[in-house]
Amino acid sequence: MSLAALFRHRDAALALIVAALILAIGLRAPVFVTPESLIGVLTDTSFLFMLTLAQMAVILTRGIDLSVAANLALTGMIAALVSRAMPGLPVAGIIALAVALGAALGALNGAFIAFVGIPPIVVTLGTLSIYRGAIFLIAGGAWLTSKDMNPAFLAFPKSTLLGAPILIVIAALVSLFFWALLNHSRIGRGLYAVGGNPVAARYCGIDLRVQQFLVYTLAGAVSGLCGYLWVSRYGIAYTDIAQGYELTIIAACVIGGVSIAGGVGSVQGALLGALFLGVVVNALPVINVSPFWQMLISGAVILGAVVINARSERRSGKLILRGSRRPAGNGARA
Amino acid sequence: MSLSNASPASRYDVADRAPRRLSDYLLRWETILVVLLIAVVIVNALISPFFLDFYNLSDATFNFSEKAILALAMTLLIIVRDIDLSIAAIIALASLAMGFAAEAGAPTFALIGIGLGVGALCGAFNGALVTGFGLPSIVVTIGTMSLFRGIAQVALGDQAITKYPASFQAIGQGYITDKAPIPISFVLFLGLAAVFGIVLHRTIIGRKLFAMGANPVAALFSGIAVNRIRFWLFVLMGLMAGLAAVLLTGRIGSTRPNIALGFELEVVTMVVLGGVSIAGGAGTILGVTLAVFVLGLTTFGLSLVNVPGIVISILNGVLLIASISAPAVAQRFLRGRS
Repeated sequence: MSLAALFRHRDAALALIVAALILAIGLRAPVFVTPESLIGVLTDTSFLFMLTLAQMAVILTRGIDLSVAANLALTGMIAALVSRAMPGLPVAGIIALAVALGAALGALNGAFIAFVGIPPIVVTLGTLSIYRGAIFLIAGGAWLTSKDMNPAFLAFPKSTLLGAPILIVIAALVSLFFWALLNHSRIGRGLYAVGGNPVAARYCGIDLRVQQFLVYTLAGAVSGLCGYLWVSRYGIAYTDIAQGYELTIIAACVIGGVSIAGGVGSVQGALLGALFLGVVVNALPVINVSPFWQMLISGAVILGAVVINARSERRSGKLILRGSRRPAGNGARA
Repeated sequence: MSLSNASPASRYDVADRAPRRLSDYLLRWETILVVLLIAVVIVNALISPFFLDFYNLSDATFNFSEKAILALAMTLLIIVRDIDLSIAAIIALASLAMGFAAEAGAPTFALIGIGLGVGALCGAFNGALVTGFGLPSIVVTIGTMSLFRGIAQVALGDQAITKYPASFQAIGQGYITDKAPIPISFVLFLGLAAVFGIVLHRTIIGRKLFAMGANPVAALFSGIAVNRIRFWLFVLMGLMAGLAAVLLTGRIGSTRPNIALGFELEVVTMVVLGGVSIAGGAGTILGVTLAVFVLGLTTFGLSLVNVPGIVISILNGVLLIASISAPAVAQRFLRGRS
């Protein structure tokens, strides 16, 4: 396969770019490419992997969920409070609770979007404020630190399964779930159909409302799962954890080639987009670049990625009447 | 954004003639906002004896005037189906530029020029990316949000700039005269609201914006230079962010990398609560101005009785969702009965 052909396949191109990035960092700081270090990067990025996939499912339906980070912080806080109140509760119970609670918060978004018909950006902007405020209310503004959490609660995210860190295992399982859902289920095809052409999808008998309710609930469930894992891994819960993370997640989607216009995106692309950001974040301290550069770099990368994606994504057919005398590049893109 | 928008609430319709019946006036979104505003004032006055005090109310406007100015330009952007999430980051960058200039000893008028100029440049950068490459504005401005604030973070680190001349700080902190203690920033907002209102509702430019929002392709074929107008709207948004940076930097007297953090979502909340359709093509400056007062006075009243800001944000979220849902639910209910 020629290099040009490879670049036309954008997932492969992105994989190459990530690999080149890791190599380049490795040349400056060989310690970065040791297996332990790379596993550390994957472990750190596992939250972003899961949340990016969930956000992608939402964006596929032409929606957006700005409340995922607030949902994560709220369920994380509640998980920590419940664990403190009931020290005997096993970790499996906490996880089930966090997933159910996150799903319920997501379902609330889904209900307003699907059944009341409020635009997703409005609903999730509202619930973002509500969920953040709720954390402050239920915890009374207090911070919960590792001293308030029992050992089993804290130990789980640091445990391993068959030698692999449990966070990576969970992220892999979630990825597998999304791969099966999007690529090998009727629901998944429906999500692409709804995003690609809502009117055609409706004529095919796909109910947009059911699809919407489903993806927001699913995004909530993943946020809930990540909420417990986040709080237990970092051993702290307070109002502002993961503040602004929703935009990092959307950035990972965009870098991974998910079209904000809906209907376009792949599991491997989203994972690569998340990995790219994960590598950048983890590499900066290793190569002695101030962490203050992180935001600037991710901004530049997002812009670069959308400009590149725009070329392959550009749709034709709307402007059938454009005359030859009209200067190029003056078209409206709806 | 969704199929169910095929049956929008009445406030999303663009009236092609003046409303005639009394019920048309009563069911307008602005009427609902006026009722909401009266309710907010009554409840706040009952909760705290200090609410209905001219000096308190006048000072309360300091806290929302900068965001309100941003909301005016954001209204125009959302009407033409665009959005700018980078405004808070533009404020950070403009504030940074003014900070460096102030440390170099620049006089006040130069600082204002630098703030406005940097804002307009950032807006032009957004506009060029959106119209030049045909990119969705939400994605571009999420990117430039990181980029602009990232530059401010790299340049400032964990430092703050506080060396501002007194005459510069007076713009953000001062009143128009000593006799009538009304903040300069609030008067600026009212003046700009009048200008924006006239341009949007009484000029050809305003009609063009609504046409672009309702159907960009049809607007293009009607001879409207859609992309050129969108570009200048982004420049205008940047300019207003520069103005907000001048006011905010002067008011708090310092530049920090996290200045104005989270403003973008508060401003979008103001605009949406003001009845501007997020799908474009509908909205009024009057509605947005009323929403500014509803949100601003709610925040002020609750903070008078020591409710923490984060709890007030719950109320704002509920207000946003409930006020948008209520008409949709009511309409469905009424239609279901007939």
